[in-house]
Order: sequence, then C-alpha cells, then structure tokens
Amino acid sequence: MTLSDLKPGDVVRIESIETDDPAVQRLMVLGLVEGAELRFLRRSLGGDPLEFRIYGAAISLRRELARHFHVAPVGSHGRAG
Amino acid sequence: MAARAETVVKVETLKVHRRATGTIAVVGNPNAGKSSVFNRLTGLRQRTANYPGVTVERHVGRSVFGGTTLDLVDLPGTYSLSPNSADERIAVDVLFGRVVGTPRPDAILAVIDSTRLYQGLYLLQQLVELGRPMIVALTMADAAQREGLKIDYTALEERLGGVRVYPVVATTGRGFPELRDALGRVLTAEPPQLRPHWPELRRAGESFAEKWRADGVSVHPVEVERLLVDPKATTVVDARRLVELEAARGALFGAEPPLAVEARNRYRWVNETLAKVESPGSRIVSRGAALVDWLNRPWPATVVFVLAMAVVFQAVFAWATPFKDLIDAGASGLGVWVKATLPAGAVSSFIADGAIAGVGSVVTFLPQILFLFLFIILMEDTGYLARAAFLVDRAMRSVGLSGQSVIPLLSSFACAVPAIMATRVIPNRRDRIATILAAPFMTCSARLPVYALMIGAFVPVRTIGYLNLQGLVLFGLYVIGILGGVGTALLLRYSLLRGEHPTFILALPEFRMPNVRTVGMKLLDRIRVFMRRAGTVIFAVAVVAWVLTYYPRSPEVDAARDAARVTATASLTGAVLDARLADIDKQASADHLARSWLGRAGQFVEPAFTPLGWDWRVSAAVIAGFPAREVVVAVLGTIYAVGSDADDQTLAERLQSATWPDGRVVFTLPMVLGLLLFYAWCLQCAATLAVIRRETNSWGWPVFAWSYMTVLGYTGALLIYQLGSR
Repeated sequence: MTLSDLKPGDVVRIESIETDDPAVQRLMVLGLVEGAELRFLRRSLGGDPLEFRIYGAAISLRRELARHFHVAPVGSHGRAG
Repeated sequence: MAARAETVVKVETLKVHRRATGTIAVVGNPNAGKSSVFNRLTGLRQRTANYPGVTVERHVGRSVFGGTTLDLVDLPGTYSLSPNSADERIAVDVLFGRVVGTPRPDAILAVIDSTRLYQGLYLLQQLVELGRPMIVALTMADAAQREGLKIDYTALEERLGGVRVYPVVATTGRGFPELRDALGRVLTAEPPQLRPHWPELRRAGESFAEKWRADGVSVHPVEVERLLVDPKATTVVDARRLVELEAARGALFGAEPPLAVEARNRYRWVNETLAKVESPGSRIVSRGAALVDWLNRPWPATVVFVLAMAVVFQAVFAWATPFKDLIDAGASGLGVWVKATLPAGAVSSFIADGAIAGVGSVVTFLPQILFLFLFIILMEDTGYLARAAFLVDRAMRSVGLSGQSVIPLLSSFACAVPAIMATRVIPNRRDRIATILAAPFMTCSARLPVYALMIGAFVPVRTIGYLNLQGLVLFGLYVIGILGGVGTALLLRYSLLRGEHPTFILALPEFRMPNVRTVGMKLLDRIRVFMRRAGTVIFAVAVVAWVLTYYPRSPEVDAARDAARVTATASLTGAVLDARLADIDKQASADHLARSWLGRAGQFVEPAFTPLGWDWRVSAAVIAGFPAREVVVAVLGTIYAVGSDADDQTLAERLQSATWPDGRVVFTLPMVLGLLLFYAWCLQCAATLAVIRRETNSWGWPVFAWSYMTVLGYTGALLIYQLGSR
C-alpha cells in the first residue's frame, strides 16, 4: 500500500521509501521519512493532488509522487492528527 | 547590473543614519510569520531592493535593540539549507556570506511556528550547526495554546545547545519586549554547542575545510557538508575539489541518495527532541477550524473559489471605475485648462498631450492595480493562494501549467503587469515562464475600449436565440484570448520548456487572519515597484508617442486652416460658426497627424498591412498602440478628424464611412474581425514587456513574447481577412 491508495481519514506510518526521485528526497526533508505518521485528508477536484497532515502541517503532493511512499495503517490514535 | 547598482545605493542611504554594529539574518520556514516578526521589529525603517542578478527581494531594516543598532535582513522562507528555488538559494547564500552587498550575518534570529515544530526543528538543527550566536522566536504561541499544545521551552533550549527561545505572538506583540532585549545582547551571546547529528559527516567537512584552507580556499565546514550531501548545493569550488568530494561520498552514504540519508538522520533527532519538548495533550479542534476544514473539501472549496474571484472582479471592474473616471476627468480637465491658458504651440501641446496625458495614463491604472494587489496580498497572507492552487492543479496541469498559475492568470484579466509580478509564488521556473508568457493573452481591461468601439460599430445588433450577437462576439474574444494563452503554454511545454514534468509539492498553510500592518506594508511596496518599473516606462512612452504624432509641423496645414477659418468667419455666425470652426481644427489635427512621423510610418508600412485589409490610417493607429494599446481609440479619433476625445458613436460612424481611394469600404466585417483578433493576441503594452524583463531577468523572454505574439496576431488577422473576403 502506498500514500496514493488511501481513503480520507486514514492514518498511516511510512514503512519504506523509493528515494531515487529528487522530489521524493525533498519530501523527506519536509518530514516524510520512515516512521513518520500521516493522516490523509482529501483528494482535490478530479482526484489529484492529495492533501496530508503531518504533525500539524498540511502538505499537498500529486499521486505520481505519493506512490513512492509505502505505508502501513496505524489506526486513528497516532500523533499525526 | 541595474539591480546591483541599486543595492549599493540602498546600502549608502542606510549609512546616513547610525552605523549598525552587526547584521542579523532573520531565517525561518515559509508561512511561519517571519515577515510579521520582521515588520514588528523594524517598523517602517526598512529598505527593499533586489539581490544582485536575481528577482528575489531583499528586505533590510535597521533598529535599536537595548542600545545596540542592528541591521535585520529578512531572508526568504526555507525548510532547510538544501535550496530548491531562487528564493531559498538566496537565503542559504546570505547565511554563508556569499552575496555581494550583503555582509555575512553576525547572528541568526530563527522564526519558527510553534504549531509546526516538527518541520521547524529540522531547520533549527541545521542553523545551530553553523555555530553562530542565535536566538529563536517561536511564533503563534497563542495558537499553540489554543490547540492544547504544551512546549517545554527550557528543554528545547537544552536540545538546541543553549540557544535561547522566545515565544511570541506577532499579531498582538506579546513576547516582543523580551525578544528585543535578547536581540540587543545576541552579538555577544555564546555560540551554541550541539553534538553533530552525524559525526562522520562533520569530520569529513572539517577535514576538507582545513585541507582547502591551506590552498587559500576559505569554506565553512558546514558548506562542505552541504556540498557532500546536496546535489543542488551552491558553494562554488573547482573541478579537482569536486572529484575529492565524490571520492568521499561513497564511504559516507553507500548507495542511498545522500539527501535521503541526511533527512532520516535529522528527523531521528527531531523526533527525540519532540518527545522531550512537546506534549500534544488532546489537540482541541475549535469550531472555526472545523468550519475551515469543511470549506476545504473540493465542492465547498469550488464555491468559495468562484465567490472569491467574483468579488475580486467586481472590485477591479466596478469599485475601481469611479476612481478611474475621476482620474481620467481630472487629467483631461487639466489638459484642457493648460491648452486654454498657455499660448497654442509645441509647449502647450507637450504639457497637455504629452506630460499630463502620460502621467494620467499611469495614474489611471492605479485604482484597479491597487485593488488587484490588495486581493493578491490578502490571498497570500490568509494562505488562500495555496488552497486555490491545490484546488485547480489538476485542471491547470492538463493545459501545461500548474495550480499556482491560476491566480496570476485570473489577475491578468484585469492587467497583466501585477499578474506577472504575482508569478513569484510559482517555485518551478518552467511553470513560471509558461505562466508569464500566457498572461498577456488574457483580455485585460485596456483591450476593452478597442473591443467596445469595433463591436459597437461593426457587429450588427441582433439576437441569436436568447443571445445578443455583440455580446457573443465579446465573449468570443475572451475565449480567443484564453485559447491563445493555453495554446502557448502547451506549445512551450513541448518545445522551449520541454523536460521532466515539474513536481508539485505544496505546503498548505492554516487559514490565518491577515495582519493589517503587514498587508499595508506589502501593498505600499508593490505599488512602489509598479510606479518605478511600469510607471516610468508608460510615461516615457507617452512622451515619445507625443513627439511622433506632433512633429514635424507642416506650415501649409496651418496656413490652410487659417484660410478656412477666415472664410468661415466671414460667411457664418453663432452656433453654426462654432461648429464649423471646431470641424476645421479637427481637420487640421488630422492633416498634421497624416504628415507627422507616425502618419508617414503608417503610409510606409501600409503595404505590409494591406493583405490584412488595413489602410494607412489603421496601420498608423496600430503602430501608435504598440507601446500602450488603449491609446488606439484616441489616435483613431484624431486621424479620422473627430477629435481625440470624441464619443464612440461619432467615431463609429466615421469608421463605417471610411473608404479606400478607389471607393471600397475599409472596415468590412472580415477586416474588423481580423483587427479584433490582432488586438486579442498582440502584445501591445510596453509596461508588460518591462515587467517580463524584470521578472525573468533577461531580455530574451520579452523579445520572444513580443515577436511571437505579434506574428500570431498578424497571421490570425491575415487568415481571417483573406478567407473572409473570398
């Protein structure tokens, strides 16, 4: 499962990352690293881009980029809220 | 070059006041309230200029803090010392002291959002490692409190190697007395001591820096670290040193991209720090926040977007109009007064038709532009700009642009100049250039008088079903403009701006009430830039246009006019005489114009425009409109001897009866449609060219935009006329 396969409200933890794309590395600098917890908020008009919340900050990325982040669900009690 | 000279001048003017004892860099994440903190600390004592060679704005403010005079440099917001845009590169370069005209900062004031400590700590750790005296302002302390977030400041200071932390609220000024005191002592503060997050990297940085120092190359160990980790690091070293670094990379990072390894390492420290410093408690979701969250859903957000744009357009086109009319009336009244007061001749004509008309044409745009800037700034400051970009990204991407292009493009329906200035929010250079080149295609308010005249004169008043044909044509012209812009963006995407698809990563700031003070200062700043860049060009162009239409004077025209006046006075009286005299004067103006440089130019280029169905009069008016398209109506008025301020009705009748020497009608429907298309696509605006030049920092793009759009307009008009006249 990747960040692009979520339902609004899902809370997930990043398990592994395909780091080759420089844009992915930039997202890692913004805190999307292994172990980080995110809440998927919503898709935009037309299903793309996606909006996530990560420890108080909202961030938007396109699906094609979200696919590089493999995640696992953690229920809704994580710190990401 | 010009930008560099300007920076030097600014530094000189600052020296007139008290000499500063040090420079403090104000660094922080985007949207952390950095500008509000900077404005509150420096007030109106700040100077804006550009950094040399780039379009990034440099804000410097001087203020006295507990007896110490300091220069504060407000750096562009950044998430890390790995730059991703021109703005971020400047922030990093200034910190390392690599920018001409900006001294290496003696100390750092870091501005971090309390509610987003996670990302803030990443930058803080990098800043602390620079080993310079530093203090931290934690903004939004009130918002953190409201959200039930508890921050242990003492623990945070300990984690940051002894850097002092000050919670502040920029909107109310809470915490600022303490922050000012701390700034007064910061130059003598002990540099922070922090265990390196990655000892091997630090050792590599130090050993290279030491080795290179022996060769006379002075580089900070952290700069070497950036070079090792970051493919986009901006420190310049020679090829031999790059090879040395490459050799060291393998041992440090293995097969992974260094930046990814660094991010993992630093966030490990960030998470440890958060665990010690922050207790999230139960995050309280206020009713306001829940409402904002609901409004952010796609469909409510679309309604909000449409409403917001409706308000902007209403303001720009309706609310600004009374002010615009007032200014127009004032300028023309002043011109009439000058002509009545001064003896007729070159001086009175220059003052009235050159100088006053020139200033008038700058000022007349101000109400609209003021409103437009105000709304753009409000959208920036509330965080709405990013929301709008998120909403329409998908749609904009399908036409070769990105979500961030939408506000600049919509703004250019009023005026391309502020719109192009607003493209600075687009971090990706390709997207930005594509937006800048698409913007002048949108139907701006200066095109409307020309459209109104032509449509009123030549499109029959008829209804097709429920639709009015004239309205339909006007709507068609808007569509043609949009198609031109979108087509250009797509074309560029597959030609000049080809390359990897740009990535779209956007931080979505929380909705925030705008700060009156910050909005006011930004507005003043942008109006100043508009007046300096666009205003001077528009004025100069008005003066040149006056010279071209006034000179050379032909004595025979004046002689003919005087003779006609004598005849008329002898044979007519009363109102009939006045009307006849006015006609004679208008005819004389038209004859003068025909013999002026502009008139001659029109006759000279007529062969080039004959295939479009334009005679020399139309050609001359079009040439006169190249610097500023809105003057065309006035020039047509003079050329057709109905006076430059004749109403549309009179001028329209004259145009309808205009003929070629052989008696054919000039303004046929295909010719008019072609002319309208030409106006829709041609870049007839010197101010736009000046702003493209400034924002792209090159002559290439304005020259390209002008040539491309002129060719496009010409070809379109040619096709319509030739096919339509068959």
